[in-house]
Amino acid sequence: MSMSRRTSKWEPRRPVDASERQLTSAMIASLAAEGLPTVSAPFGHALVEAAQSNDKIVGLTADLGKYTDLHIFEKAFPERYYQMGMAEQVLMSAAAGLAKEGFVPFATTYAVFASRRAYDFICMAIAEDNLNVKIVCGLPGLTTGYGPSHQATDDLAIFRAMPNLTIVDPCDALDTAQATQAIAEHNGPVYMRLLRGKVPSVLQEHEDYQFEIGKAKLLREGNEVLFISSGFMTMRTLEAATQLEKEGVRVAILHVPTIKPLDKATILKHASKPGRLVITAENHSVIGGLGEAVAATLMRNGVTPAFRQIALPDEFLDAGALPVLHDQYGISTEAIIAQTKSWLA
Amino acid sequence: MTESIPEKGISLAQRAWNIRQKSLLMGAVQKQGYVGQALGVADVLAVSYFHALSYRADEPEWEQRDRFLLSIGHYAIALYAALLEAKVLPEFELETYGTDNSRLPMSGMASYTPGMEITGGSLGHGLGIGVGMAMGLKRKQSASFVYNLMSDGELGEGSTWEAAMSAAHQKLDNLICLVDFNNQQADGPSTEMLSSEPVDQKFEAFGWHVQRVDGNDIDALVAAFDNARNLNEAKPRVIICNTKMCKGVRFLEEREITHFVRVDEEEWDLALKVLEEGKPA
Repeated sequence: MSMSRRTSKWEPRRPVDASERQLTSAMIASLAAEGLPTVSAPFGHALVEAAQSNDKIVGLTADLGKYTDLHIFEKAFPERYYQMGMAEQVLMSAAAGLAKEGFVPFATTYAVFASRRAYDFICMAIAEDNLNVKIVCGLPGLTTGYGPSHQATDDLAIFRAMPNLTIVDPCDALDTAQATQAIAEHNGPVYMRLLRGKVPSVLQEHEDYQFEIGKAKLLREGNEVLFISSGFMTMRTLEAATQLEKEGVRVAILHVPTIKPLDKATILKHASKPGRLVITAENHSVIGGLGEAVAATLMRNGVTPAFRQIALPDEFLDAGALPVLHDQYGISTEAIIAQTKSWLA
Repeated sequence: MTESIPEKGISLAQRAWNIRQKSLLMGAVQKQGYVGQALGVADVLAVSYFHALSYRADEPEWEQRDRFLLSIGHYAIALYAALLEAKVLPEFELETYGTDNSRLPMSGMASYTPGMEITGGSLGHGLGIGVGMAMGLKRKQSASFVYNLMSDGELGEGSTWEAAMSAAHQKLDNLICLVDFNNQQADGPSTEMLSSEPVDQKFEAFGWHVQRVDGNDIDALVAAFDNARNLNEAKPRVIICNTKMCKGVRFLEEREITHFVRVDEEEWDLALKVLEEGKPA
């Protein structure tokens, strides 16, 4: 299915009618259902707030200030902002050096460049020395239609094996803002997946919700399906659950915004409830992300519910329009609903 | 200037000799070690620790210290020798070199050893971390310098040049890079593996103040360090130190030099004896 666009390289394509065009887009706002409220640059504004009470916070970027919402911080604290240029290796090493001198550097780039290009520098200069660097990265998983050069479908797999590193995958604008505050207060290296620009906000509907590092949060109860999801996939499972409920399927959702350290106790507690189909849902490759982390936790602890995984395939993904790609790869709300119903049937 | 010199009146030549001797003694504990590099870089370390650097032997994390980064983790044997000589490490720990549960592992790591500022060894990291520390010191309006000791082999790493460009762009005049140019890396002479020459012109083009000296000439090193520290130019400084592997032990100097110089079981005592003959008066 997904290989077709590549294998037919030699066949010219005719343009479709302008009214039917699906354009390539990296707009995060398009991730949520229409009509949801959005918040502009939640990370940038939350970082400014954190920096107002902590003058050790500095911001660094590798030519992606505007594209990681760090320009908001630059505007507020120009003297605490470093444009490092298109040089991810020194971005991470310099962040390590600043942390060694007592600062709290927030280093931003795209997730592909941090995880693939700067890996050794994050691993040996930052994580091995357990330095207080926050790595905040745009375009996690499948959030751009540019193709594999920009799609970090493997970042969680790459970073999960790195000791000392905390990994955060927030759901929406509220989660991103709360997580930013939490990681600023946390002492140690953190990798956070970033949703930027106009980011949908859904968790305000759950009044008790509060992001805490290392804590999974039950967003709703239901006795037929338990979704265990992270990142924007929790937005999707929430939408899917509402729809499934209308069709008589009762769905629980456990949101896991910290991928590492994984909240094993809470996952085991909810996955142990008998009679439920457990479905993990993540914006990441089927290899090495939330799904496999949960599966391993369940197996190691002798908890063996019926288990399924919604994730991106182990492939270099296509370029194209994001909504089309999300349908194609099974992570759109409609695809989640269809897949869940087929598993229940 | 050095805050606390353990003993006064010891010449830099004697310090360098002591560093060489301690390196060989550590090598003899393990019957192995990067002693070729240690013997070669001993003069650079002597001038660093007993002429240029500001530090407190009994307070390795003293805020006003100059930072000395060992990018080349495998040179740890040489830095341990300097730290032992500087009394940052107690003399009796020399014999723990490379043994289990030692604070002196074969490759230098920040979390193991007082005075070891960074975890080196993944080559091409030190200069970038040094850039960040120099930025941090400037933010704190500190007068401290950051010294980064790296090898000519590390000039092959792209990250070194990212860091070099960054240091100049940010006008880091508190960053002094020391390149131990012994023209030897794992597979052979550095200039035959991936030549960095003309390395002085490269650094100049990258916006650095460049000096190239005989790294086994103490007077030349002292002058170069003084120049680097006193220069009134808003640019980072590099001192390229041409050194000779195994310097001070003739039969090892003449051996076919390799990255990991072979010293046979019975040769450790001989090497120490040969070194003894060259002890400064």
